[in-house]
Amino acid sequence: MSCGSKCATGCAGGTGRGCAGAGRDRIDEERRSFMRGAAASVMSLGAGVTLYAFDADPAAAREPGEKVTAKNRWGLLIDVSKCADGCSKCVTACQDENGWRDTGHPETDAQWIRTLTVKNPNNGATFSLPMMCQHCANPPCVDVCPTGASFKRADGIVLVDKHTCIGCRYCMMACPYKARSFIHEPLQDQKPYAPRGKGTVESCTLCVHRVDSGRIPACVEACNDTAGGAMLFGDLNDPSSEIAKRVTALRTTRIRADLGTDPGVYYRNI
Amino acid sequence: MPGIAYQKLEARQLLFWGPLALNAAVIAAGLGAAYVMEHSGHIVTGMNNQIVWGTPHVFAVFLIVAASGALNMASIASVFGRREYKPYARLSAILSIALLVGGLAVLVLDLGRPDRLVVAMTTYNFRSIFAWNIFLYVGFLVIVTAYLFVMMDRRASRSTALGKTVGGLAFVWRLVLTTGTGSIFGWLVARQAYSAAIMAPLFIAVSLLYGLAFTVIMLAITGWQSRQQLAGSEMLQKFRGLLIVFILAVFYFTLVHHLTKMYASEHYGIERFLLRDGGTYTAVFWIAQILIGSVVPLLLLVWPKSGTRHAAILIASVLVLIGGLAQMYVIIIAGQAYPLDLFPGMEVTSSFHDGRMAGYRASLPELLLGLGGVAIAMLICAIAVRLLPLLPRPAT
Repeated sequence: MSCGSKCATGCAGGTGRGCAGAGRDRIDEERRSFMRGAAASVMSLGAGVTLYAFDADPAAAREPGEKVTAKNRWGLLIDVSKCADGCSKCVTACQDENGWRDTGHPETDAQWIRTLTVKNPNNGATFSLPMMCQHCANPPCVDVCPTGASFKRADGIVLVDKHTCIGCRYCMMACPYKARSFIHEPLQDQKPYAPRGKGTVESCTLCVHRVDSGRIPACVEACNDTAGGAMLFGDLNDPSSEIAKRVTALRTTRIRADLGTDPGVYYRNI
Repeated sequence: MPGIAYQKLEARQLLFWGPLALNAAVIAAGLGAAYVMEHSGHIVTGMNNQIVWGTPHVFAVFLIVAASGALNMASIASVFGRREYKPYARLSAILSIALLVGGLAVLVLDLGRPDRLVVAMTTYNFRSIFAWNIFLYVGFLVIVTAYLFVMMDRRASRSTALGKTVGGLAFVWRLVLTTGTGSIFGWLVARQAYSAAIMAPLFIAVSLLYGLAFTVIMLAITGWQSRQQLAGSEMLQKFRGLLIVFILAVFYFTLVHHLTKMYASEHYGIERFLLRDGGTYTAVFWIAQILIGSVVPLLLLVWPKSGTRHAAILIASVLVLIGGLAQMYVIIIAGQAYPLDLFPGMEVTSSFHDGRMAGYRASLPELLLGLGGVAIAMLICAIAVRLLPLLPRPAT
């Protein structure tokens, strides 16, 4: 490790457990200022959009060097009834944000988030939903990782430390959600805050670099801005957050909850 | 132990150097394949995001479980006090070490980042059975090396207590090691083909079988090289009996594993896939694993006209190993080919191959890497038996 402790996205973005340099601090501060303005603008837009404005409170941004704590547990609530057939705005947004893309090798290309079409074979009823790392409280990928490269932050975000991942792929064998991808080819043009590397495993980071600066994940933002507003991001541990209220009040489902993984992603109207 | 004489391999130049050169060439090809995989990435393999463990894992796990079983002769001699097995104890120990080194080499070279081996050896997550296996493998190498020393050192070998102690430790360790290897799969709750406690005893049974088959073949090869009969008829009959017992044990655990899965409706899909609808995977299971790897060798061994013949025992051992590779292929690759059950009872599709049976075709680099592991094991054995008195004296 180059910075003494595990960082958010495998130690590249300076958004993790306090390894940012002074330059990065300045950038973060500028970014936060920008976000405060953006959040204020968003708050004024309308009822639908205010859903995520509640949970994108810039106050949630951590100061550089401030430790992640279990006070928060970040999660998602996805209303499947708002996912239109064929919509992949969340997927595109994730690709743009994190730099993974289709290289023409569908069997080996990484997919951090994908849309599933689920059909009941008895009556033909179908629905679509986005599927990504479920950021489990009891993540099998973390349990099986021999080097501890797969780890769960105190706030529930499950990540891969790119410095200690040896590419054994045991986490991919263990993940019940097929959420992880192995990088089969050399990569170029990576995003500095989303490091990736040939021979290592990766998955959705819940846009940890954005979350740490008080922003919401790119998929949620895109869904709310340009699609059906199906996704809600927030702090499941904060009873006053919109997501916590909804998860408490509404009937929700978590995928393969029978496995006891305690996913941080809730689905509604499945 | 006094009274038992051992010998180094005395073979004609060509009979020794020929196989040695062949093994060296295969190792070179395997290392070349590993370089290509490391340089270009796993895109040059048949592996993908559905089949994440491919042919190298088939060979690696096969060699690792065989390594544990190869210690059979030594364990039977020192732990169970069967003196007639003692002449084969040294060979079984070195074979055990060699097979494990070969398997581990394949495992490491198939990593996405083999250059980070030092990370794997120094950074541990003790909740991971994989991490525990690293200790089990390294510990096994240390213990069996010590065991070999105790068997070979003039002063140490005089102490029966020491031999029993180290031999007992090695015996327990090998059972734990194979339990750990089986648990790599047995503890995977997410996949329909795995998540079964029986995989640990199944792996112990397969290790006993593969290890014994390797020992029989090794004795045949070194006997051919030295133009000696290294195992007499009486011993070969004992090997025959053990092979029969181990084949039946593997068959029993395989049967119980599938029956247990078939009884639960949630596993109907995976069982239909493995046993009936899986195409190549199903063919490999029935033809290579069951027919070639179990039924034919069993018939060869129990049929009165062939069972007592040396050739039949050797052929049965070779078939057992072919069936063993097939069994690992079915467990590892077919087990992954069946899709994850994200929504039980529903049909799922996506751009990420959800809900589809995954295809897999082994690439040349993968095959070469796997065969390179076998060649490493054979090379270590060949050099060791040439330099050290590990082989039994000819049978009288």
